[in-house]
Amino acid sequence: MIYFYVTTAAALLISLMTSRAKTIAALNLAAKRLLGILPAFAAIMVLFSVTITLLPREVVAELIGRESGWLGVVIAAGVGSIVFMPGFIAFPLSGALLEQGIPYMVLAAFTTTLMMVGVLTYPLERKYFGRSVTLLRNAISLLIALVAAMAIGLLFGEWGQ
Amino acid sequence: MTEKTKQFILLLLTVGFGVFVAASFSVDFEPGQQMGRTFGSTVLTFLGLLPCAFLLIALFDVWVKRETIERHLGHGSGLRAYGWIMLLAGMTVGGLYLAFPVACSLAKKGARLGIVFAYVNFAGVCRIPMITFESSVMGWKFTAIRMAASIPLVVLASELLGRCLEHRRYVVKQ
Repeated sequence: MIYFYVTTAAALLISLMTSRAKTIAALNLAAKRLLGILPAFAAIMVLFSVTITLLPREVVAELIGRESGWLGVVIAAGVGSIVFMPGFIAFPLSGALLEQGIPYMVLAAFTTTLMMVGVLTYPLERKYFGRSVTLLRNAISLLIALVAAMAIGLLFGEWGQ
Repeated sequence: MTEKTKQFILLLLTVGFGVFVAASFSVDFEPGQQMGRTFGSTVLTFLGLLPCAFLLIALFDVWVKRETIERHLGHGSGLRAYGWIMLLAGMTVGGLYLAFPVACSLAKKGARLGIVFAYVNFAGVCRIPMITFESSVMGWKFTAIRMAASIPLVVLASELLGRCLEHRRYVVKQ
């Protein structure tokens, strides 16, 4: 996180030293865009707060851990597509579930959809890609995530058990 | 629905949520209070991240030449462009929500659509901080299989989607 701030500060400084006018233009552009997407962001944060409260990690763990096999994969992919969870919460959760004996392929379906498919980020993605392309992109990513989960199930010898 | 109406609905959702949280605190409704607290901490996290991210994107827009992006990521840049975009996505911070504005800037600078979609998907597949975390918890075998299965599919699907949409003269908004 700190590297991100340092990088931004350094980039800004170099830009400022090279051209004042261009830097001001960049600042204006950044402010204008940020304000433009703020309503969509606020909505996403509302949806996130509501879902994470109604579906806390214990409930997510319960949902994912209930079924193994292909039904477990489908449920995990559904949960992963809907909830919005940063990696530093999702991976420790997956690690704990793994120790409880949840198959790798179920956890793969969960983490992969979590990273690639965004139901909650729909209001934001729609602003950039439009409705139909957003739906199409998410459907494709969901398929890719399912294939990846299947590959993991096959190579870990969990498929068809 | 016009863009204004949609913005209004989003705002209404946020304001409605604010009223709900305020009411929850006044009548001591625990789930509502919890939602409010989560919202507060999320807003703080985002406020630390968003201005920096948008500033970097704007600096990219102002300084990087269109020809550079067109040459390496535009039409006729071939398969190697996917390698570049994978590297770029690997170094990204944040989740999907930050991948969209970056993808949009790439599109504006002349990256072809396949590359733009590949960026969004790669940001979910191979962000380096995420990979290191994942492999330490799930093991290297897990990460390796997941990436080996998804990377070719992302390239294939993005290229197909990009070609199909370019054929229909689709453009990224904003």
